[in-house]
Amino acid sequence: MALLEIKDLTLRFGGLCAVNGLSLEIEENSIRSLIGPNGAGKTCVFNCLTGFYKPSSGDMLFQGKSLLNTKPHIITYGGMARTFQNLRLFKQLSVMENVMSGMHCRTSAGFSAAVFRTKGQQAEERRIREVAEECLDFVGIPDKKHYMAKNLPYGDQRRVEWARALATQPKLLLLDEPAAGLNKEEKARLIDLIARIRDERKITIFLIEHDMGLVMKISEKIFVIDYGIKIAEGSVKEVQDNPRVVEAYLGKEEQEDAV
Amino acid sequence: MEQIKQKEKNLNPFETAVEKLYELFDNTVLRYSVLALMVTFLVYLPLSSSLFTQEIMTNMFFYVVVCLGLNIMIGFAGLLHLGYAAFFAVGAYVTGIMSATYGINFWLTLPFSMVAAIIAGLAIAAPTLKLRGDYLAIVTLGFGEIIRYTVRNVGITGGAIGLIGIERPVFFGIVLDKISHFYYMFFILSIIAIFISYRLHDSRLGRAWQYIREDEDAAAAMGINVVSTRLYAFIIGSCFGALAGSFFAAKMTAISPDSFMFIHSVMILLAVVLGGMGKIPGVVLGAIIVTLFPEVSRDIGQYRLIIFALVLLVLMLYRPQGLWPERQFISTKK
Amino acid sequence: MTFWEIFLQQLFNGLLIGSFYGLVAIGYSMVYGIIKLLNFAHADIYMSGAFVGLITLSLFANTFVGNAWLGIVLSLLISMLLVGMLGVLIQRVAYRPMLKAPRLSILITALAVSMLLYNTVMLLTQGQYKPFRTGLTHDSFFVGPLRLTETRVVLLVAAIALMIILHLFITRTMYGKAMRAISLDRDTCQLMGINVFQIVAITFFVGSALAAAAGIMAGVYYGTVHFYMGFLIGLKAFTSAVIGGIGIIPGAMLGGLLLGLLESFSTQIPFVGTVWKDVFSFVFLILFLLFRPTGILGRAESERM
Repeated sequence: MALLEIKDLTLRFGGLCAVNGLSLEIEENSIRSLIGPNGAGKTCVFNCLTGFYKPSSGDMLFQGKSLLNTKPHIITYGGMARTFQNLRLFKQLSVMENVMSGMHCRTSAGFSAAVFRTKGQQAEERRIREVAEECLDFVGIPDKKHYMAKNLPYGDQRRVEWARALATQPKLLLLDEPAAGLNKEEKARLIDLIARIRDERKITIFLIEHDMGLVMKISEKIFVIDYGIKIAEGSVKEVQDNPRVVEAYLGKEEQEDAV
Repeated sequence: MEQIKQKEKNLNPFETAVEKLYELFDNTVLRYSVLALMVTFLVYLPLSSSLFTQEIMTNMFFYVVVCLGLNIMIGFAGLLHLGYAAFFAVGAYVTGIMSATYGINFWLTLPFSMVAAIIAGLAIAAPTLKLRGDYLAIVTLGFGEIIRYTVRNVGITGGAIGLIGIERPVFFGIVLDKISHFYYMFFILSIIAIFISYRLHDSRLGRAWQYIREDEDAAAAMGINVVSTRLYAFIIGSCFGALAGSFFAAKMTAISPDSFMFIHSVMILLAVVLGGMGKIPGVVLGAIIVTLFPEVSRDIGQYRLIIFALVLLVLMLYRPQGLWPERQFISTKK
Repeated sequence: MTFWEIFLQQLFNGLLIGSFYGLVAIGYSMVYGIIKLLNFAHADIYMSGAFVGLITLSLFANTFVGNAWLGIVLSLLISMLLVGMLGVLIQRVAYRPMLKAPRLSILITALAVSMLLYNTVMLLTQGQYKPFRTGLTHDSFFVGPLRLTETRVVLLVAAIALMIILHLFITRTMYGKAMRAISLDRDTCQLMGINVFQIVAITFFVGSALAAAAGIMAGVYYGTVHFYMGFLIGLKAFTSAVIGGIGIIPGAMLGGLLLGLLESFSTQIPFVGTVWKDVFSFVFLILFLLFRPTGILGRAESERM
């Protein structure tokens, strides 16, 4: 059974069809990419998966359970974490506090535990800190934990976001354009990191990306959508050779250049 | 560390001084000795000061409690509450009615006051908290007015005249009827409020509020139930207000609808914003300024509210983070 | 009175009060639609409108003896212009610098502006009720069982006329189109060469002018004005905007009329009466937020992030 199964997913805004009858499957422990020209509806797919948008029709099964009418926090609790295309860090809080947010759904202390600082609460706090530090270590910025998030350089802010998502201890990680705004060196480290997330942590990865070099290097399988419709799927080679992909992609790119 | 040093060069002299001070107070021994000195002074104060000073100080402690209560909602969780006075009206009236009309012991009225605050909080917050924050602002504004209107028009609350003859609380055989008693009572209450605020701030729950305040969607994506976490903040804040109201009723022995006008909600809000939303020492500072300011400037009486409004406006435009200075770098020790 | 007489009378009252609510609600709704700000100061702009009307009317008191309506119309237009400019000024000084700030900050700013207007007028009037002398007669006449006065009929007609003019402005002019476009996506509009600040200013002008008109009409209707008159109507106008669907201008008008009617009929319900009608409309706001927060005309669309 696939870890994630999208069946005939459709999302409409008024008359506009952002996602149109999309079906795809993601197997456990794989790395999959979703690509397509700008405005093809990629982020909309993620937003449906994580409960931020309500699909007009279709179904999404995560570990065999439907995600329809499920609130975002329940979905995260169920083991799916995401990052955002435009960084969405808690800017006024420290890097450490940012990453600690991921542990919220794995812990339970409430008002009285906090006020009386019970034994259980203290142990839990220690565990939250340990996990957060470990995640920061994993993404390679253990020394930045006391910075205010907004004071970090862009590349490091991205890493904080990955660490934060990892701290939720997901089974499936959705990365929305993780390489956007990164330089060459940072991209190389990202490729390495994605592989390590899958190999060391056994987390399945589903990513949206514009950087074709990166996508080609790491994904085992690629889905291509355009105007919300899936136009191709398959290995890197298969997709590269698919005339529809070339047409949709390069055609669009030319228009962009013209603007 | 080097980067920090680098950045420090870009700070203006004031910010550098703030950083230096913060560094100084990272020293635990120094911090606790300063605190101990302050507490000793405040404990000793009623023994050597006039009744007038004690009255003002009591009022100040009362403000510290309600401001910290509002700070939980607005400073921690980012919920704009414009009818906070209504919540201390709820507490004051529950205690007032139970005590004056039914002769129930003051301490026994406290749980009821909290339950009433929770019910009122749920009734107005549950429908609004899942919507945009602005709705909460206007609903709480309306709620403040409705509560005042209701106590004015219902028999049990004594109508426009209000309630008189609320019994003095008895504490281990001592009837609390002197101003110095209330001084100590509100002093202890404000210490408890400060303590709870700090504990909450550095807890899982307190962090969740701050995540939601910073970015609601990102918080939800991190697995935080935005609606129920906000509701939690709202209810805890309401309980703070209601308890303060109960003690207020016990101190005054008489309450009327005019004690809970919109302007009180605004004063509390002003104190929180002035000191710096979410910053506990800032909020305490704001409470002190707002209580002392009218005392030192009685002449401006009728212009007071206009000045408050102008202060609020100028603050928002030029220093939205409040008076309490912010640290540029977060402590490297913790 | 028979059932029908009461019914017709309350229907008329409800429509009249409701049209005041609607005029004020439009301002809330327009500003909310365009910059997503709940403009607390709007209720005080309404109140200021009534007082500006009072002043201009007293200036004309000796000029138009014997033709009261002419004086009222003239002072209405002048007040709408002045208060509209006041709205623009507030927008420029207090709101424009805050557009990119956190939402909490701009809400508090709005509250501060509201307090400033409210307390200034309170100080200037020493908290007194001021008579709103119009020189109109209060002779009543009957249409079937319905007892009317000239004043009330003219007020209702005028309110509805203003709403129709506004509707034409929004749907037929370039400015109206730009407003609707900005409410959809401010940044894109900027890229498309729309002068966003100008359109926002126009929105404030129109909203404030309509609120001023409502304020003067309320002055004519009740015969007195008071610095506190904006508070309750502000709350009710906001309720109207929510009922109709906030950000939707025809919704604000519809919501206003509906709330006016509800309130008017609720006075006939035992236990509610005139004492509790204000509480009644607040309860109504809560119920709407609970069960249909998008309002009657609002569609439940997928919220975009």
